[in-house]
Amino acid sequence: MQLHCKVNGEPREADGVWEGESLLYVLRERLGLPGSKNACEQGECGSCSVYLDGTLVCACLVAAGQAEGARIETVEGLADGDILHPVQQAYVAAGAVQCGFCTPGLIMATHDLLRRISAPTDVAIREALAGNLCRCTGYEKILDAVRMAAANARVGE
Amino acid sequence: MDFLQPRSWSDALAAKTNRPDAQPLAGGTDVLVDLNFDRHRPAALLDLGRIGELAGWSRDDDALRLGAGLTYTIAAAELVDDLPGLAMAARTVGSPQIRNRGTIGGNLGSASPAGDAHPPLLAAGAEVELASAAGSRRVPIREFFLGPKRNALAPDELIAAVLVPRATGPQQFAKVGTRNAMVIAVCSFALALHPDHQRVGTGIGSAGPVPLVADDAECFCEGALAESDLWSTRAAIEESTRRRFGELVAAAARPIDDVRGSAAYRSHALSVLAARALGWAWADYRRS
Repeated sequence: MQLHCKVNGEPREADGVWEGESLLYVLRERLGLPGSKNACEQGECGSCSVYLDGTLVCACLVAAGQAEGARIETVEGLADGDILHPVQQAYVAAGAVQCGFCTPGLIMATHDLLRRISAPTDVAIREALAGNLCRCTGYEKILDAVRMAAANARVGE
Repeated sequence: MDFLQPRSWSDALAAKTNRPDAQPLAGGTDVLVDLNFDRHRPAALLDLGRIGELAGWSRDDDALRLGAGLTYTIAAAELVDDLPGLAMAARTVGSPQIRNRGTIGGNLGSASPAGDAHPPLLAAGAEVELASAAGSRRVPIREFFLGPKRNALAPDELIAAVLVPRATGPQQFAKVGTRNAMVIAVCSFALALHPDHQRVGTGIGSAGPVPLVADDAECFCEGALAESDLWSTRAAIEESTRRRFGELVAAAARPIDDVRGSAAYRSHALSVLAARALGWAWADYRRS
């Protein structure tokens, strides 16, 4: 089947999409957007987190056809050209990136948290990131990055 | 594989009549896992995500109607007062990403014994509204589950809604897992106090082939509360009553040994969860 959606603000089209494939497969293999990572394919790791019509979801659990006509934002859409998004900058500054595989999903989950709660408590941060696994186990630096991103956003306001 | 995407409820029911082999698809948190791992390849997917009537919930006096497409995120945020047991259970489901997509109707459709929505809906005395092109029927939720991942849906039916009385007393939900987030319950327990009828409702998850009700525990608790006139006096419940209640809840379970836990552990944990839940709910009632 054919799929039309708006990805990071641009209308995109994919042909020959299998009805049973996931939005993640479409993004990575058909639209050339490998930022969303493919790891568990069962919603456990959060590495494929994207916005679907403004809602944070695991792209691996969205059937391609469910994204027909939808608005999708991926990690590729956060930076403004060469200027990283403040959440991305905080991850770099805090040293929250080890192997980097989980980073796109965590960046998206952090972005989603901070647009809902501008000054999250540590408990709220843990809860918001509970569905994102870092197999390097670098969680302390990740928590630092989220706190830093929140603080920087408040200063910028 | 065909991808069916009806825009209205009547079109969805017509599609299910024409294609009883179509797999209903809502949030995809179960269905897509099976597809991704090629465990199950249905002849067709029936996407229910475009049907506005299924989303959200409504209240008519003291009767709640939860659309089958109600997500855990909305349930956790909006049902805190009207159905606190379900709101608590919804908060324990998966992660934000999963709660944003997973639905109450999908939980019932999958009919896993471990589904988190089931115990609070059992405790609250819910009914499931099933619909086909020929009409709709209501099934008490304890008759809805037939076995592990089997339910009372006929091949031409879809789950329309869950009908459940608004809470008239405290409700609790407790679940055991290896961590707080992202776990399938090792076992879970839900309790609803119904002071208006002086009744106690229970629901057991992940400790039997289907979600279960602890009838003897309910009767015992109702008797103990009535005998000492506790609904009126709001005095404390005896420790021994809570412990006995826990034992009877555990006795109602039919757990097995599996990768998540042993039968013996599940029984023990359930007795603890049930005794605690009764203590918490009764403390809420005394304060109310």
